[in-house]
Amino acid sequence: MLEKALVGSKRYYILLGILAAIFGVGFLLYLRQLTFGLGITGLGRDVSWGFYIAQFTYLVGVAASAVMVVLPYYLHNYKAFGRVTILGEFLAVAAVSMCLLFIIVDLGRPDRALNVLLYPTPNSVLFWDMVVLNGYLLLNIFIGWNVLEAERNEVAPPGWIKPLIYISIPWAVSIHTVTAFLYAGLPGRGFWLTAVMAPRFLSSAFCSGPALLVLLCLLVRKYTKFDPGKEQIQTLAKIITYAVIINIFLFFCEIFTVFYSQIPEHMQHFIYLFFGLHGHGKLVPFMWFSLLGMIAAALLLVNPNNRADEKKLAVLCGMVVVTTWIDKGMGLISGGFVPNPLDKITEYWPTVPEAFITLGVWAAGFLILTILYKVAVSIKEEIRA
Amino acid sequence: MSIDRREFIRIAGLSTLLGLGGKTVWELLAPGQVEAQLMPKANALAAKRWAMVVDMRKLDEATAKKCVDICHKVHNVPDFANVKDPKLAVPPAEANRWQIKWIWTEHYHNAFPGQEHEYVQERVKAMPFLLLCNQCENPPCVRVCPTQATFRRPDGIVLMDMHRCIGCRYCMAGCPYGSRSFNWRDPRPFIKEENPAYPTREKGVVEKCDFCAERLAKGQMPACVEAAGGGLTFGDLGDAKSKVRETLKANFTIRRKPELGSNPQVYYIV
Repeated sequence: MLEKALVGSKRYYILLGILAAIFGVGFLLYLRQLTFGLGITGLGRDVSWGFYIAQFTYLVGVAASAVMVVLPYYLHNYKAFGRVTILGEFLAVAAVSMCLLFIIVDLGRPDRALNVLLYPTPNSVLFWDMVVLNGYLLLNIFIGWNVLEAERNEVAPPGWIKPLIYISIPWAVSIHTVTAFLYAGLPGRGFWLTAVMAPRFLSSAFCSGPALLVLLCLLVRKYTKFDPGKEQIQTLAKIITYAVIINIFLFFCEIFTVFYSQIPEHMQHFIYLFFGLHGHGKLVPFMWFSLLGMIAAALLLVNPNNRADEKKLAVLCGMVVVTTWIDKGMGLISGGFVPNPLDKITEYWPTVPEAFITLGVWAAGFLILTILYKVAVSIKEEIRA
Repeated sequence: MSIDRREFIRIAGLSTLLGLGGKTVWELLAPGQVEAQLMPKANALAAKRWAMVVDMRKLDEATAKKCVDICHKVHNVPDFANVKDPKLAVPPAEANRWQIKWIWTEHYHNAFPGQEHEYVQERVKAMPFLLLCNQCENPPCVRVCPTQATFRRPDGIVLMDMHRCIGCRYCMAGCPYGSRSFNWRDPRPFIKEENPAYPTREKGVVEKCDFCAERLAKGQMPACVEAAGGGLTFGDLGDAKSKVRETLKANFTIRRKPELGSNPQVYYIV
């Protein structure tokens, strides 16, 4: 099937070229990071994780969201999603690949990354995150590829794939739960020390991922002969609406506990993010844009007329993607480290090389996504013809 | 068992083929020798549980600085803020972010956040609280490390294996005391005067205070304790007659963030 990725329109090659070029720039800067050290980033002893880990966290969510198309199709026999499951699974493959790359670029000694396997440490959540992420990647590659191949040959998928599909459903939930546990179990970090972290991660995943999927479906329809389907997009829109509302609800659950209890270690981080602390407030406009934008998108999504109009829906999905990205990709990590455990403030902002390395990883992910979608769409077109 | 050169090469070659590593070969040829080399020195200081009491009544600014300076000197800790070579000069913001601290001073408010109030004694406000790794009994950094590069010895010292650390910095997020530092770049050009008796580090790994485990092994007290002129008491909590135990018995002491359950083993007399 991979041969489908080799032949395509001029537009396809141009897209691949652009993505490869961005990846190349990121890669060159990564080589610079390898020689100089992580000092080329904006990180430091107080904010020791930043943009890389934040993107990783966001993308685990995108990856997990594939379950939102897999579950209705396989558990509820919702046939319509049969057309888009492959798009969800391949999006998950691309997203998990980015996650793993972001972990690699964040390591001080990437040459020793295999130490995680050589000295397996079950008490470390990072060990489990490695297990579930790699497992999820393999599951989605196997499932997506085999189901697509069966579809192409107009036969039923092999029997052994069914149990893997059922396993992939709780597995998707596990990847984002374990990722939340990376943060939610650290004793000295009041911002992250909350049981609502994993549910919040899941709710934001289940709106941001499907929102991205809707945008991708619209693109696929526009630029190929394969139509993922109107009903499919509408059902995804409903899922997004529920998830974004739950996400906002959980945010305010957190806000209540933090501000009604008035415990400084928990409040300070929110104050820093939304109002600034002792004159430091780089993230304030972003956080308000994220919160208000997310609420606005939720309110507008509730109205079925807005969802039915695909142009409006596309804008709203874009809003959901951007606002959840700011929440996780910018606020979550910085907010946890500021102020530091000694009640001091060192603000974080990514440097130019750091931003380009980040873009490079995204480009690598979209390169994988483009190739996988090209294969999937070509086969769908072939079946239709 | 005596073997000649040819025999050695034969056994070593065969065992390599069988996938047995270097240590296994040594075990075959010279049983017990590898372990024997790891036996502690006769004069090494040993304890059931090492702990430190910081007596802030006896520590003035100058003494505290002496403790910090000697520690950073013997452990080859780089200084990015005062670089002589103008080609290596680091802007202040980076020098601050890249700072490596094994032991350092902070105000009361920062050492014990949440404990301060408006009317704290001026004496306490002015104190240079010496902070270092708390060598927790229940260390969060050890719990989170995915490679066991940081681990707790039976005598309570939390150590780093700089050759195993992958630089994921999970321990830095886990430590509730800010006691861990990362090498954001090669530290070696920024070491004023290298102490050949202690290893320097590479870029990309985390480091921290090790309670001078390397000095204890040679029968010496930690460098800061020697420099503190009685301000720091170091000893075995497992020994009821030790000086730390007596100090703890005779004085009211506090610890940093004991409510987190990490059970820090550095005690403060204010």
